[in-house]
Amino acid sequence: MKSLTNFFEKIGYSVTRRIQRLGTAARLFFLILISSGESFKRFHLTMKEIYFTGVMSLVIIIVSAFFVGMVLGLQGYYTLQKYGSSEAIGVLVALALVRELGPVVTALLFAGRAGTAITAEIGLMKATEQLSAMEMMAVNPVGRIIAPRFWAGVIAMPILASIFSMVGILGGYVVAVIVIGVDEGAFWSQMQANVDFRYDIVNGVIKSLVFGVACTTIALFEGFDAPPTAEGVSRATTRTVVTSSLVILGLDFVLTSFMLGG
Amino acid sequence: MSDNLINIQNLTFGYGKELLHKGINMEFQRGKVSAIMGGSGSGKTTILKLIGGQIKPKSGSVSIDGQVVHDQNLSGIYKLRRKMGMLFQHGALFTDLSVYENVAFPMREHTDLPENIIKDLVLMKLNAVGLRGAYKLMPTELSGGMARRVALARAIALDPDIIMYDEPFAGLDPISMAVICDLIRTLNDALGATSIIVTHDVAETFSFADYIYFVADGIVAAEGSPKQLMASKLPFVKQFIHSEKDGPVPFHVAAPSYNSDLAL
Ligand SMILES: Nc1ncnc2c1ncn2[C@@H]1O[C@H](COP(=O)(O)OP(=O)(O)OP(=O)(O)O)[C@@H](O)[C@H]1O
Ligand SMILES: [Mg+2]
Repeated sequence: MKSLTNFFEKIGYSVTRRIQRLGTAARLFFLILISSGESFKRFHLTMKEIYFTGVMSLVIIIVSAFFVGMVLGLQGYYTLQKYGSSEAIGVLVALALVRELGPVVTALLFAGRAGTAITAEIGLMKATEQLSAMEMMAVNPVGRIIAPRFWAGVIAMPILASIFSMVGILGGYVVAVIVIGVDEGAFWSQMQANVDFRYDIVNGVIKSLVFGVACTTIALFEGFDAPPTAEGVSRATTRTVVTSSLVILGLDFVLTSFMLGG
Repeated sequence: MSDNLINIQNLTFGYGKELLHKGINMEFQRGKVSAIMGGSGSGKTTILKLIGGQIKPKSGSVSIDGQVVHDQNLSGIYKLRRKMGMLFQHGALFTDLSVYENVAFPMREHTDLPENIIKDLVLMKLNAVGLRGAYKLMPTELSGGMARRVALARAIALDPDIIMYDEPFAGLDPISMAVICDLIRTLNDALGATSIIVTHDVAETFSFADYIYFVADGIVAAEGSPKQLMASKLPFVKQFIHSEKDGPVPFHVAAPSYNSDLAL
């Protein structure tokens, strides 16, 4: 009997704690939005963070995109060839990248590279009382530190996703046209004819904007909420990757079903 | 204009259920250097945080110039803090900014001074703590004592009315210690600032503070000018001044008896 109540107590505790954390995260999100004035008035603060997060993720994104594009080219070619439509390979590669893989894989890589760095940085600033010191100087750390990083992530994500798609298409081109020998004219012209600006490209950009908001909010929240110790910060970093990845994949499904349905 | 700039009345505070402060009364006089002394963990840093409005008391009040700190809204508290400078116990320098940018930070945030004036001011403040030559370094390239001196330069960047020093002497060699002592005194007298120093260092504090509070067991156990305290017969004060092991101040954190912990 005792162990049963203990069991329920534990479940109750972990559920309320999760809800509480969700509440804190939502609160931080709104605080960021209302303290964002400075991020735009002093845009160089945001620019610096865009530079850091962007440059940090750029190499891994370009390399991954190239490989993803080459694999798409290979797999696509062997499947399409069975139906005698191997010229459609360009459309396949482009659509897969612009609609899905570009935004999703970029966001996953971003969470692993820039997201963890953001969490660790904010967590350490908290642990070493830098945020406290800022508050004591009558400077709001949410406006000065958190918000510029948030907007940097939101702005960088679509740019990185576009780079991912472009490099991916290049990878597909290399495999399909240069290595396998699909007709170059067909590769590009089919792509041009079948990729729609509104339904494919704009939707992809919307997705990566949403992922940018989710990823950076999670990374910032985990850093801000981390216990001020080395162990606390390292755990928070891990949680950033796990939570971001799940949220990205879940959101992707929701967004895709709205976009295809609408 | 009363003589008391900062007034702490019947203050109680605790991080958990247990109270850390059980009714503290302190007054910090305008233009004076006051010290808060007490054992490790007696809640000295916490008192500074209460003055800065970073935490709220359970009961009682902290007021600055007649304004109760924790009754202010955020912008009111920020307005009060613009008049304060605080040296954190561990420096709390911004690790992504150079020494120069750390000291320039409060100026950039709160003033529209042109770059050449900021430069002059920063170098002047760094010169005062003897680190003008280190302005290009990053905080990770500094020793603990140097970092604290940079933090001190940053705390006084805007010539605050109230300067709070959390252990300004810890980790300093005797020469820098004497320099910092002088600096605190000079800043206080030249700027007419009100200084509060949290410290363990008996000899230095007695040599230059105007008024001293001893905190123990959550209350002010003794107070007075250095002269009065030197003459004090309180066993607690004597123990602290002469750094004796045995006396009313326990070295150990409250715990069950050693034997019961060892299961004897
Ligand atoms: N953020 C916090 N959360 C919970 N407990 C805390 C927190 N900060 C301090 N404490 C506890 O409050 C007590 C007083 O801490 P405080 O930092 O004020 O001591 P102190 O007098 O400055 O000590 P020292 O001389 O060692 O710096 C300590 O027992 C500490 O464990
Ligand atoms: Mg302390």
